Amino acid sequence: MLKFVKYFSLIFFLITGNIVSSAENAEKLLTTDWTFKGPFGKFDRASLQRGYQVYQEVCASCHSLKYMSYRNLSEEGGPEFSVQEAKAIAANFEILDGPNPEGEMFTRPARLSDKFAMPYANEEEAKSANGGAYPPDMSVLVKARKGGADYVYSVLLGYEEPPVGMKLDDGVHYNKYMYGNKIKMPAPLSEGLVEYADGTSATEQQMAKDVVSFLMWTAEPHLEQRHKIGFRAIVYLIILSILVYFSMKKIWSRIETEV
Amino acid sequence: MSEHNYQPKSKFGKWFNDRLPLLTLANHLTDYPTPKNLNYWWTFGGILTFCLITQIITGLVLAMHYIAHADLAFSSVEHIMRDVNYGWLIRYIHANGASMFFLAVYIHIFRSLFYGSYKAPREIIWILGIMIYLLMMAAAFMGYVLPWGQMSFWGATVITNLFSAIPLVGESITTWLWGGYSVDNPTLTRFFTLHYLIPFLILGLVVLHIWALHVPGNNNPIGIDIKKPSKDTVSFHPYIVVKDLFALLLFLILFAFFVFYSPNVLGHADNYIEANPLVTPAHIVPEWYLLPFYAILRSIPDKLMGVIAMLSAILILAALPWLDTSKIRSAVFRPLYKQFYWILVLDVLILGYVGAMPAEGLYLLIARIGTAYYFAHFLIILPILGKVEKTLPLPMSISEPILGGSLNAEPARSKEDFQKL
Repeated sequence: MLKFVKYFSLIFFLITGNIVSSAENAEKLLTTDWTFKGPFGKFDRASLQRGYQVYQEVCASCHSLKYMSYRNLSEEGGPEFSVQEAKAIAANFEILDGPNPEGEMFTRPARLSDKFAMPYANEEEAKSANGGAYPPDMSVLVKARKGGADYVYSVLLGYEEPPVGMKLDDGVHYNKYMYGNKIKMPAPLSEGLVEYADGTSATEQQMAKDVVSFLMWTAEPHLEQRHKIGFRAIVYLIILSILVYFSMKKIWSRIETEV
Repeated sequence: MSEHNYQPKSKFGKWFNDRLPLLTLANHLTDYPTPKNLNYWWTFGGILTFCLITQIITGLVLAMHYIAHADLAFSSVEHIMRDVNYGWLIRYIHANGASMFFLAVYIHIFRSLFYGSYKAPREIIWILGIMIYLLMMAAAFMGYVLPWGQMSFWGATVITNLFSAIPLVGESITTWLWGGYSVDNPTLTRFFTLHYLIPFLILGLVVLHIWALHVPGNNNPIGIDIKKPSKDTVSFHPYIVVKDLFALLLFLILFAFFVFYSPNVLGHADNYIEANPLVTPAHIVPEWYLLPFYAILRSIPDKLMGVIAMLSAILILAALPWLDTSKIRSAVFRPLYKQFYWILVLDVLILGYVGAMPAEGLYLLIARIGTAYYFAHFLIILPILGKVEKTLPLPMSISEPILGGSLNAEPARSKEDFQKL
């Protein structure tokens, strides 16, 4: 009886675990060979740099990255542009600053210390420019969606003709992976949309992979450091537990009880 | 402690100890006689102490960088994650630390249930433990609100709304709790204040919990009273200290795995979306450690009755020492109780599972059966079981597995009794 209950609970959770993981993504998400997954995962610098290009040329006209600063682009563990490159990138953007001694607000080229320039002055402007839908800030977008990088990747590639009989309003698009299958954003990627400086061919899959890697980095800028420290911490803990285990055995050997 | 005739060796030590007997206390703690047969389920007390201290220290650092304001809370958390040196590490330890804390406390509670540690003379320890558990839930709930994400906001809305179920004054109480007519900035600032306060209340209760433990001493896996000190006991230091340390290190490996490799798997993705009072998330789900109670709450169709059921599910534990009528502590010697114990474990796990699912159809039915069984376990099964169960004979002591021992026999059995046997 006892064994039965134990085994039953074990089986119950194996099954329900599978049901939960399968039921919640009715449509199986697309995935690709992410370099940042797993305990030794790292970002691919070239991919992040290309991803920044896709973000800047395709996404940035509607989607902000309000928690990112230009200095982040040259920091360790990210796309690792050189400081000069990052400065040059920043200088392309105009930032509202002020007030100056005369009390006037003014614009100036962005510096490394500035946050990424925002596409819209405020949420209302963003909504009115996008048919009432607010293009979400993408700084932590990958962490804010169930399915993470795979989900965002799938949505980018999930535009299809709606199934027969499905009526879509004007300005609404069908997406196989989007929650509810309806999305206001038109398909953002198309073959050859950007021209990569390193000669990588700009297929839809390639652009989606690059930009999602980039967004994974903006969501978790310290991911590489986390993986590195984590590995050391766990190795340290394992060695220490082995040492403590033998100390414990030795101490307990003074009495006749198994420990 | 009367058994202590400790005298410090140095002259200064003696002078100091006569005025404040800290050295006597330290000596009591190191010499504290502990049953030598404690298994690894007993190491979770030490692990929990570690969890509490970790939460307090990381929380202290986070509070230096966090801004408790509805407009700034979310971005101050992102500031911690990005710009504060090792802020990501401190925050992930704190966030996952809460889950680890609950994992450990559930093991600790279920260990107590299995070995009957709540029974006489340890009722006060048990009740203090339930109070700690309640405060932990309050602290965890308020802590989850602080990042001011969507789940923070809507979780706070759902839970505080429960108070509106109170007849007559419910609405006023809810408004009073919110500091306004909805969850907003005043709610956030007061939750932050309370979230900072509660851990220190817990710390105080932990001191009482340990103090109360040191009066009768630890229960043990065979649940019999033992003479202290005797050859059934070992001194706390170094025997229990080193064993607790070993178990803690194993626990830390699991902890580190979550912090470094799956820091967000125990949280909810929606909480990385800034709170928006105009958009309700598709499913509002509490953190995993509150799910069984959430299932109980939703299994009752009436709101007030649901709240009462949820609270009773926790408070009923405080009455457990009197609901369980069996004099035998350890489930090892209670063949029937052992089976019901595992069914209860299963029941709580199932309740946790359906708590995460939408409250409809089959899930709702399972939640109702699970809730009914949960209460039946404590209110019907345990009182009857103690009367009808045929228990196995107890050993005399830990070192001598001779049968014929007895429980609550102060002081154990007399020589005459043994001869009669």
